[in-house]
Amino acid sequence: MAVDKKAYNLDRENTWCPGCGNFAIMEVFINTLAGMGFSPHEVLVVSGIGQAGKMPQHFRVNTMHVLHGRILPVATGASLADHRLKVIAVGGDGDGYAEGGNHLIHAARRNVDVTYLVHNNMVYGLTKGQASPTSGQGTQTPTTPNGNPLAGLNPIQLALGLKTALVARSFSGDKKQLGRILEKAIQKPGFAFIDILQPCPSFNKINTFKWFKDRVYDINDEGHDPGNLEEAFRLSQEWGENIPTGIFYDNSDDRPGFREALLGSLDQPLVEEDLNPLAIKEIMEEHL
Amino acid sequence: MADLDYSLKIGGEAGQGINTIGDILCKAFAEQGLHLYAYQDYYSRVRGGHNFYQIRIASFPLYSFSSKLELLIALDKASLDLHENEMKADGVIIFDQEKIDPENNVPNSLALPMAELGKKHGGKTVMGNTVAAGAAWQIMGGNPEILYSVLSKLFQGKGNKIVEANIKAARAGSDYAAENFSGRCTCNIKGANNGNSRNSMVMTGNEATALGALAAGCRFMSSYPMTPASGVMQYIARQAGRLPLAFEQAEDEIAAINMSIGAANTGLRSMVGTSGSGFSLMVEGLSYAGISETPLVILLGQRPGPATGMATRTEQGELLFSIHAGNGEFPRAVFAPATAEDAFWITAHAFNIAEKYQVPVIILSDQHLADSSYTVKPFDLNAVTIDRGNLLNEAEQGELTEYNRYQITDSGISPRAFPGQVKQCVVITGNEHLESGYSTENPEIHTKMVDKRIRKLNRMADDVKTPEIYGKQNPETLLLTWGSSYGACREAVDLANAKGEKLQAAYLPQLWPLPNDQIQDLFKQANRVVTVEMNATGQLGRLLRIETGLQPEYAILKYDGRPMNADYVLAELEQGGVFPWQ
Repeated sequence: MAVDKKAYNLDRENTWCPGCGNFAIMEVFINTLAGMGFSPHEVLVVSGIGQAGKMPQHFRVNTMHVLHGRILPVATGASLADHRLKVIAVGGDGDGYAEGGNHLIHAARRNVDVTYLVHNNMVYGLTKGQASPTSGQGTQTPTTPNGNPLAGLNPIQLALGLKTALVARSFSGDKKQLGRILEKAIQKPGFAFIDILQPCPSFNKINTFKWFKDRVYDINDEGHDPGNLEEAFRLSQEWGENIPTGIFYDNSDDRPGFREALLGSLDQPLVEEDLNPLAIKEIMEEHL
Repeated sequence: MADLDYSLKIGGEAGQGINTIGDILCKAFAEQGLHLYAYQDYYSRVRGGHNFYQIRIASFPLYSFSSKLELLIALDKASLDLHENEMKADGVIIFDQEKIDPENNVPNSLALPMAELGKKHGGKTVMGNTVAAGAAWQIMGGNPEILYSVLSKLFQGKGNKIVEANIKAARAGSDYAAENFSGRCTCNIKGANNGNSRNSMVMTGNEATALGALAAGCRFMSSYPMTPASGVMQYIARQAGRLPLAFEQAEDEIAAINMSIGAANTGLRSMVGTSGSGFSLMVEGLSYAGISETPLVILLGQRPGPATGMATRTEQGELLFSIHAGNGEFPRAVFAPATAEDAFWITAHAFNIAEKYQVPVIILSDQHLADSSYTVKPFDLNAVTIDRGNLLNEAEQGELTEYNRYQITDSGISPRAFPGQVKQCVVITGNEHLESGYSTENPEIHTKMVDKRIRKLNRMADDVKTPEIYGKQNPETLLLTWGSSYGACREAVDLANAKGEKLQAAYLPQLWPLPNDQIQDLFKQANRVVTVEMNATGQLGRLLRIETGLQPEYAILKYDGRPMNADYVLAELEQGGVFPWQ
């Protein structure tokens, strides 16, 4: 049953620039959670450093605002501690693909029960316009004055290569699609990854709202079956005139989630387990 | 019966089975009722090199090793060449006849066909190790039934056949020694059983640390393998399934500390283990734990640095690093256990301090303590206390109108709730923040929050573990030390005082915050103070000068990667002119 989204209200100043894609993402985020019946205290948003990482400072929700790039390890520990919490990780492209790249690989391998949203504006916003791992080749920024020498990272391909449980791309300008994908990702047991394209009106003058709007199309509307990994790989190559969005991959295998792999059938959340020194008696006496 | 104090060494290449022989003998000595102290010297390699396992046994509790040997078991030529000069007069050498062809006659020795007897009686050449243990046990006059019962216990997990094979192999070694060894043995343990050490556990520093964490209710450990802390990780990983806890091998130390931060802030007692290089990677996480007030236990098993340094060797070079690591100023506690028993109690205590003050706590161990075995009486588990600090109970959670994770209080300690417990939600952050947890750059609030965190440090200083003191009161010389170097100092006190000196040893189980008053008292009652530690720059001495203004008169330092013992301490005292050795 849906929860009144007013429960998420919080009176705090928002410091995002006008026209930032974050506003739409936040609106969809709250609407989806409320629509799915989550109360704020049942959700934990772990967020990183950057403009995207500030999102959970603007509405009521449990939140851990963590070190740059370290969202996924923190989310992993939190979800193991109390699996009743719906753990959602939120950060930008710099946080997730540069500083935290290693953790993305291993969170996907662990299949930790976390939904991970990357607000991908292809530039560093909070630190004022430097190149990001997804900045296109040749892009001029303050740290790449002669043009970015590197080709942009393809996060969808990376996530598919890891057989991430759910791999999706959306666009902050298509709230309907984003809501649909987010709901699916939150329902997905295991690691669900959404790369969300969004404009940065202050620092990215190339990949603007219109630039994205003119290029994105929905692969699921065009009949892509998210069970088809090979086709998903083929679609993930596409970038330029047309940018595919939607759910690329949604695995149907029964790979165990991380908690199950580590704790087996333990139902009780670890955080509810009593601490009892006498419980180690047998282990200690093995040293006799 | 006079005091018994013998040392033996098993030397050979990595992979030859030194540990098998050592572990069997250690268990058997303990079972016989002897105190023991054993340490392992190994290279960072899987095969080859020269490794040894040194065991000291006595009728009194032991803290360190001897320089001289009563018995040597040599599995390769290098062991014979390198350690022959450590033998006492009339020391016995058992050597592997099939691997070693001595150039000269080895006096008072037994040439043992290890593999041959192992194959013949135990079914496999590798049983030669058990053959060697049997031969040594026979020569030392140990009770064979004790050896067999130890073998049953050690191998019972592998099935009856393996147990039988080992007992046969041990008996073969014992019979062979009885027939072929005609020399003298000065290290006879026949009938040695003063009852003191009966029902003792044999335990390494690492195992004791892991047990301490488990007793305290550690529910999560995330780590990246690194010598010498890996033993703790592996021990805890083995208990997952028996106890409700999770161990995760992280992709790197940065992930390790951040996973534990996530688990700790969701309510689990959490721990990471690493060595100096890995700790360097964890430092930003440490700083985050400081500002976010995350209770977290960090085991820092020291080894020689810088960087990778010498991976399997020992040092105490991270004292000042552990106290100062991290950007910004925040409270923490730093402990350093001196023995396995100490490691158990300090680790259990560390979890309480972490939660009581909502701070990161560092336990400084070192390779020497981590890998050395001690006989320890079973710990009184009823005496382990669990203090989770200021947690909001269910009634308090329900009565809240707002929840402020960082509420400013007189003690600096804010009532804690975990995400999911309170409807108002929990906001945790590494930015400077309001009491609510939301970010701020307000100068007054920043000052107030810094003060709040520092108040916790002041309160911790009143709750500090005080120095452990041994030896004469009002001594001529106080040996002031920390960590595993205490063992050498304590035994130096015994040796010197038996000859009429007035020596005292003291160690600081807690190095941050320092027990300032007690340190002042220690300096007052001693004629002179000598610091003893395993590093090149005298870090304890420097810390004392900075924090207390006191100036130790002399420093005994060692930084060759090998542990010190009492002989080293006494020789250094003499050489430094500190000690008028009679």
